[in-house]
Amino acid sequence: MKLAQTPSQTVGPYFAYGLTPEQYGYKLTSIAGNHLAQDDIEGQRIRIEGRVFDGEGKPVNDAMIEIWQADAQGRYAHPADPRHSNASFRGFGRFGTGTDPQNRFLFETIKPGSVDGTQAPHINVIVFMRGMLLHAFTRLYFSDEAAANARDPVLMTVPAERRQTLIARRESVDGKTVYRFDVHMQGASETVFFDA
Amino acid sequence: MTENVYKPRDWSSQPPYVFPAYRSTPLRSPTRPLIPLPNTLSEITGPVYGHDSIGPDDADLTRNGRHGGEPLGERIIVGGRVLDEDGKPLPDTLIEIWQCNAAGRYVHSADQHDAPLDPNFFGAGRCVSDSTGRYSFHSIKPGAYPWGNHHNGWRPAHIHFSLFGPSFVTRLVTQIYFPGDPLLELDPIYQSTPVGVRERLVCKFSIERTEPAFALGYEFDFVLRGRNATPLETH
Repeated sequence: MKLAQTPSQTVGPYFAYGLTPEQYGYKLTSIAGNHLAQDDIEGQRIRIEGRVFDGEGKPVNDAMIEIWQADAQGRYAHPADPRHSNASFRGFGRFGTGTDPQNRFLFETIKPGSVDGTQAPHINVIVFMRGMLLHAFTRLYFSDEAAANARDPVLMTVPAERRQTLIARRESVDGKTVYRFDVHMQGASETVFFDA
Repeated sequence: MTENVYKPRDWSSQPPYVFPAYRSTPLRSPTRPLIPLPNTLSEITGPVYGHDSIGPDDADLTRNGRHGGEPLGERIIVGGRVLDEDGKPLPDTLIEIWQCNAAGRYVHSADQHDAPLDPNFFGAGRCVSDSTGRYSFHSIKPGAYPWGNHHNGWRPAHIHFSLFGPSFVTRLVTQIYFPGDPLLELDPIYQSTPVGVRERLVCKFSIERTEPAFALGYEFDFVLRGRNATPLETH
């Protein structure tokens, strides 16, 4: 039997009370938020922050970002990963850009390890928003992994002049490690989106 | 990065990124071609949410927003199966929904439509598909509501759905519509999806699913990306 895929439709402007309720102050428990690393999780604590910019360079205040990542040893908490850790690190985060005064998305997580020994450490990202009829896949790599990035098989498929759009810039803010990752939907620094 | 475990997104089944009649698409869409990303471990894994992530009334929107009374409107049951392209049921997959109330008003604070909120209706819920891929929600039939996209624009009644499926690449966020709605042919979001494809987004009335003297039943099967014949995993 061959069935046809269900088409996508936009997440729309009103997802917050259903998908990110706690973040937006609604009385429903969220299944995921932006704190991925509980105290007992091993790994280097990092913060990811960024904004989503539309084609006019304006920050988008109703986007939702989802991230999916491996643990510090590069293991995914999923049965398709033979090493799946069974640990409490689920590796999934979700955050809307409507609550931060600067419309940032913010994630408190750990830096993932290389998932298969060949890929550089990275976080898988999905961008959703009103005005986007189907979600966009991208990836976040780390600026302090230059050697691994240079060998990464996915980055190598990206034209060299566009690779920088996938690399989060490491900064130190009040002693904390912050990676800044802005998503540009269009323009000279348009983020690379994947047909994943 | 050898063979892809999952079949690709079927672009003939999807709306385009840019659909000018839906006026917020042109500035919010990628302009450069997407770069093909083969399935690596990162793509064939994805968040796992089991039945333990669901509360008792999470799938019953006629109950989970009550404040001393019952929500107003026509009670409905929306259910069906989550399948892949080969018709294989997808068990244990998280399904999240959100919708406006019978009057066409969302609980969301940004919704300024001058229609009443229902103190007994919240409008969001979730469930996890069972071992045969089946799911079911009780709710209230959502109303139509105006939006500012164009003069006298109205969204047809719809329910937003979010599904994970077995991996990050099977993720689906969509909206389902109701049969016979005259607003469908005027709605740029529905119309963005190709002819012959958009009809898949309309649920079917089902007398079998209808609960006597209680609620009308509607059927909707979701089809997520399937697997290629030769899986990558060897264990």
